[in-house]
Amino acid sequence: MTSVRFVFGGKVVALDGIDPNMTVLSWLRTKVNKIGTKEGCAEGDCGACTVVLGELTQESGRERIRYRAVNACILFVAALDGKQLIVVEDLRQADGALHPVQQAMVDLHGSQCGFCTPGFVMSLFAMYRSEGQPDRARVNDVIAGNLCRCTGYRPIVDAAMAAYDGGRADQFSRRERQTVELLKSIARTETETLALEGAGRRYFAPVTEDALADLVKAHPEATLVAGGTDVGIWVTKHHQDLETVIHVGGVRDMDFVREVDGSMEIGAATTYTDAVHAIAGQYPDFGELIRRIGSVQIRNAGTIGGNVANGSPIGDSMPGLIALGATLVLRLGKQKRVLPLDQFYPGYRQTALKPGEYLSAIRVPLSQPGRHFHTYKISKRFDQDISAVCGAYCLDIAGGQVTRARVAYGGMAATPARAPQCEGALTGLAWTEDAVPVAMRALAQDFAPMDDMRATARYRLAVAQNLLQRLYLDIEGGAPTVLAPEASGQGMGA
Amino acid sequence: MSRSRKLTSGVKQSLPHDSAHKHVSGEALYIDDIPEPPGTLFAAFGMSEKAHAEITGINLSKAKAAPGVVAVAAAEDIPGDNNCAPVFGDDPIFAEALVEYVGQSIFAVAAETVEQARRAARLGRVTFKERKPVVTIDEAMAAKSFILPPYTMQRGQSSRALSRAKHRIQGRVEIGGQDQFYLEGHIALAVPQEDGDMVIYSSSQNPSEVQHLVAHALGLSSNAVTVEVRRMGGGFGGKETQPALYACIAAVLARKTGRPVKARVDRDDDMIMTGKRHEFVTTWDVGFDDRGRIEGIEFDLAARCGMSADLSLAICDRAMFHSDNAYYLSNVTIVSHRCKTNTVSNTAFRGFGGPQGMVGIERVMDEIAFTLGLDPLDVRRANLYGGKGRNITPYHMTVEDNVLPELFDELEKTSRYRKRRREIESWNRTSPVLKRGISLTPVKFGISFTTTFLNQAGALVHVYNDGSVHLNHGGTEMGPGLFVKVAQIVAEEFQIDVDRVKITATNTGKVPNTSATAASSGTDMNGMAAKNGARTIRDRMAAFAADMGGCRKAEVVWGYDAIRAGKKRFTFAELTKAAYLGRVQLSAAGFYATPKIHYDRDKATGRPFYYFAYGASVSEVMIDTLTGEYKVLRTDILHDVGESINPAMDIGQIEGGFLQGMGWLTMEELWWDKAGNLKTHAPSTYKIPAASDWPEKFDVRIFERGRNKEATIHRSKAVGEPPLMLAISVFSAIGDALAGACGHQISPDLNAPATPEEVLLTLEDMRARLSAGAGLAEAAE
Repeated sequence: MTSVRFVFGGKVVALDGIDPNMTVLSWLRTKVNKIGTKEGCAEGDCGACTVVLGELTQESGRERIRYRAVNACILFVAALDGKQLIVVEDLRQADGALHPVQQAMVDLHGSQCGFCTPGFVMSLFAMYRSEGQPDRARVNDVIAGNLCRCTGYRPIVDAAMAAYDGGRADQFSRRERQTVELLKSIARTETETLALEGAGRRYFAPVTEDALADLVKAHPEATLVAGGTDVGIWVTKHHQDLETVIHVGGVRDMDFVREVDGSMEIGAATTYTDAVHAIAGQYPDFGELIRRIGSVQIRNAGTIGGNVANGSPIGDSMPGLIALGATLVLRLGKQKRVLPLDQFYPGYRQTALKPGEYLSAIRVPLSQPGRHFHTYKISKRFDQDISAVCGAYCLDIAGGQVTRARVAYGGMAATPARAPQCEGALTGLAWTEDAVPVAMRALAQDFAPMDDMRATARYRLAVAQNLLQRLYLDIEGGAPTVLAPEASGQGMGA
Repeated sequence: MSRSRKLTSGVKQSLPHDSAHKHVSGEALYIDDIPEPPGTLFAAFGMSEKAHAEITGINLSKAKAAPGVVAVAAAEDIPGDNNCAPVFGDDPIFAEALVEYVGQSIFAVAAETVEQARRAARLGRVTFKERKPVVTIDEAMAAKSFILPPYTMQRGQSSRALSRAKHRIQGRVEIGGQDQFYLEGHIALAVPQEDGDMVIYSSSQNPSEVQHLVAHALGLSSNAVTVEVRRMGGGFGGKETQPALYACIAAVLARKTGRPVKARVDRDDDMIMTGKRHEFVTTWDVGFDDRGRIEGIEFDLAARCGMSADLSLAICDRAMFHSDNAYYLSNVTIVSHRCKTNTVSNTAFRGFGGPQGMVGIERVMDEIAFTLGLDPLDVRRANLYGGKGRNITPYHMTVEDNVLPELFDELEKTSRYRKRRREIESWNRTSPVLKRGISLTPVKFGISFTTTFLNQAGALVHVYNDGSVHLNHGGTEMGPGLFVKVAQIVAEEFQIDVDRVKITATNTGKVPNTSATAASSGTDMNGMAAKNGARTIRDRMAAFAADMGGCRKAEVVWGYDAIRAGKKRFTFAELTKAAYLGRVQLSAAGFYATPKIHYDRDKATGRPFYYFAYGASVSEVMIDTLTGEYKVLRTDILHDVGESINPAMDIGQIEGGFLQGMGWLTMEELWWDKAGNLKTHAPSTYKIPAASDWPEKFDVRIFERGRNKEATIHRSKAVGEPPLMLAISVFSAIGDALAGACGHQISPDLNAPATPEEVLLTLEDMRARLSAGAGLAEAAE
């Protein structure tokens, strides 16, 4: 296959020779004059460019469409292949009436300057099509990736809830069968790797992992893209040319979460959104942390595999995975090897991947009695921020004693890293309040963090140490935090 | 069909924003959405990488040769003045010999596509001879680096009062800046016309200024340049002076190439290149009695102005005008230092210095309360402006319209402040990790440009002979619903439905010599100008109707789409048509100049403000003493908007202003490295509030009894800026929680923004001071 095909405006669009580095936002605004979708930041942080993708899925044996919001500014057009693209101009109903989410935004004064509004409308539309009546907390989460500088959000949240007043039918639900047929007509078979050439650049999107393995081996210089939530920024912000791109996001047999030999195995092409429930089922704290990675839009596109393989020192998945003793399945051609994650980062933004090798899956040990796992993220803003410090702790406690301790931090060094001194100090220690200062002192030997725009070294170390106190309180019966005071019985009274 | 006998879309109605249906459908056009004229080129900028350096060479040959490049331009390509500064002529469009901040524009490229232009701009080679940069306020103060002379306001004898006061304390607070973070970044589209004229589409709060600066840059007179703006995707002051740079560059390139040129910066460049809210370091020396009533106070306000003056004179003045906030200061000296630094020139941002002034005095209130062991609310009440003898400001203006005592009474009751404070204190005693704090703070904000001549506005109203109305005025729509409010005013005047009033883009060809839409004055001034224009036409129509009906003009009854003159009855459209046929002029310009105001800057006395807007808020927060994280649990707001022209729009301003102010004082941190590079220049690193930052519980109300004592448009009050400062209650409540965490024995030296880091490190310092104090006490025994 050499053309990108997707459903847009009720029709199949086929694009030949498209530049693999072209973003959906750029295509919309400069090629098809759909100017309702806005550029606010070009880095997936403000949500003004939010569009919705419809994808075929099976639901109780029926073919349905799953609607998810993504950021068009860092999504490559080629990644639309096989999907439905919905933009704000598509939402008006056949008679010209506004969609219920649009009408609620008008009625409840949800827009002021209006520039962020199409993005909000699309995030709310994806929610409206995907789930029932939300509460305020759910709406806050759904729009955590949409920034509004005018309203204070209150009327937008009200509108999000009021949109459901008239039921959930709209032209998309009414046309679902036709859209399913259109999507089926462009679904690629297992042997059909999409191979594009445009603007002198190449793009491959295999459907199977075997095809992927061959491609990566044949093109060791290629840039692997899963969700593209970081790679997109290399293009929009750093003006890099990605000469060869291999898209991992469409590899069906790498999109899974399954149990294998006492481990949870997560395919490297599995999005955060698809992985979070399984992870939260094993480790609730980890689930909550993932809910705070990026935004709905980012989690719908981004993958834990991408987070790990990218090698950023401040990726939020890694401290937790390292503390849990996760291992990586790496594949080169037909060869597979397994490497502990804590041996994967030799240095700043470096990985142990060999040329032609890629990350296939992540294995996370299942939870077990006596094992305590907690992870905490500290940032300036609670939602959708990058960590100043992210700490993760996995303690086995038996008979009042710590028998095994794995402690890992992000934001404290050039890579996500374990804290061996702290681990050593904890291991064998009686698990009482007295253990906390011992662990805190040892932690100071593990890291010499730096000052930057996210935090000073002084704060990083202080908070990293204090998180050990929170860990103690958490294990001993639910530490209160400012965000969940109710859960611990420390309500706000007023 | 029955129809209402009363106008339901005039003033005092919560109509939706006039563009709401276009916002939600993506149909509202911003400048980047306007179809580009054929041949449009795209501009990108070459910027300084040094904070302070002499330019030793500029080589643009590689940029010129890059794919798609049609032209490059630097200082020598400017036909007229190389200046885009609003007042002092000190902002070059392109740096020539010297660069004074990282991000300063040095050259620009015009190319066939945006991407080509941006890539080519990276190929320009500029060499520098570096000089030592001055980055912080402390560095500037030490180096005596100032952009403007210091300025003092004085009343009474502060030093004598201080030396006699029973209690006396000193303190200091650092107040961070803030990026406006309008969602639509800076943009201008310049389209060349015949005779060398230029039409500019600019995302600007101040089209007249863009017009004048573009004209001068091109060596033209102002009548050769027309500037239009239909709407902005947010402004917040960031588009008061800053758009001129982009408009001038687009115009210079358009002149050079003879083709339309669009200049749009991406988010990072926007944040690096354009000015922000001024950082302040405020110190005070205050004397007070046992009740906490201030007897004498001296403030020292040092502001980071950046590399040029921009609007810093008026901004620093406004900080001084608000250093009293709501309180009578009997013996007061306020000194302001305007620091020159090698950072981007700071500029207008909602509140325009006022917020920084208020943070100082509100901290003083808290410090006095902590010193005396009083409830900060009682200290605030004791100091509020009162009647005769306690109603003169530090700039000798009499406060005549103070509603804060009533407003405090109501808010204290509805928020259950006293009961909650007691609950919080007992709760804090039993909660080892989490601590709560509460604070009630007032806002008194002066309304009018303190530069008196700017307080003028114009409008242009046409009534077409089918009875439809075309409305234009000098105000710009940046979001708050100015246009719908002014349309409501005109609908009210003509007694017709608002949908018969066409709202049109602000255009310098229609209404000339306009002031910026700023200082919260948009509705006050443009609304009054539009009303005056409409009234002129209505008077002419009424006189004509009187002639037709054979009655006196005063006997004409002008009702909702029904005009009665003697026995004659007309709908509005019928009368319009008849008046047209009767050769009555159905077009008028309206004008308004704010009355009563004057200010003698040399003597620092006068009445710079027509009136004051008031409000108050109570916020309760919870902090985590392990991490410094916090959450706003509840906020109650009571705000005076006079008689609201559109309560829905006003609530929008109150809520949005509050959250924006909260962002400024809590999470929004601008971070420069020592070399003067701003490292927080995108939403990934610069965090404005998200939806979940809105308080868990909230109660936002308009003060029902509000009515402007002055004869403003329908007795309303300006609402754009004042609510931002309601967020000081959050900052103060965090301080209260920190004090609570230390048993109220010591007050927090909390600086803004109060990030989790600032909160935790402040707490650590407080605890260190406490244990040092305890150590001293032990040693003394």
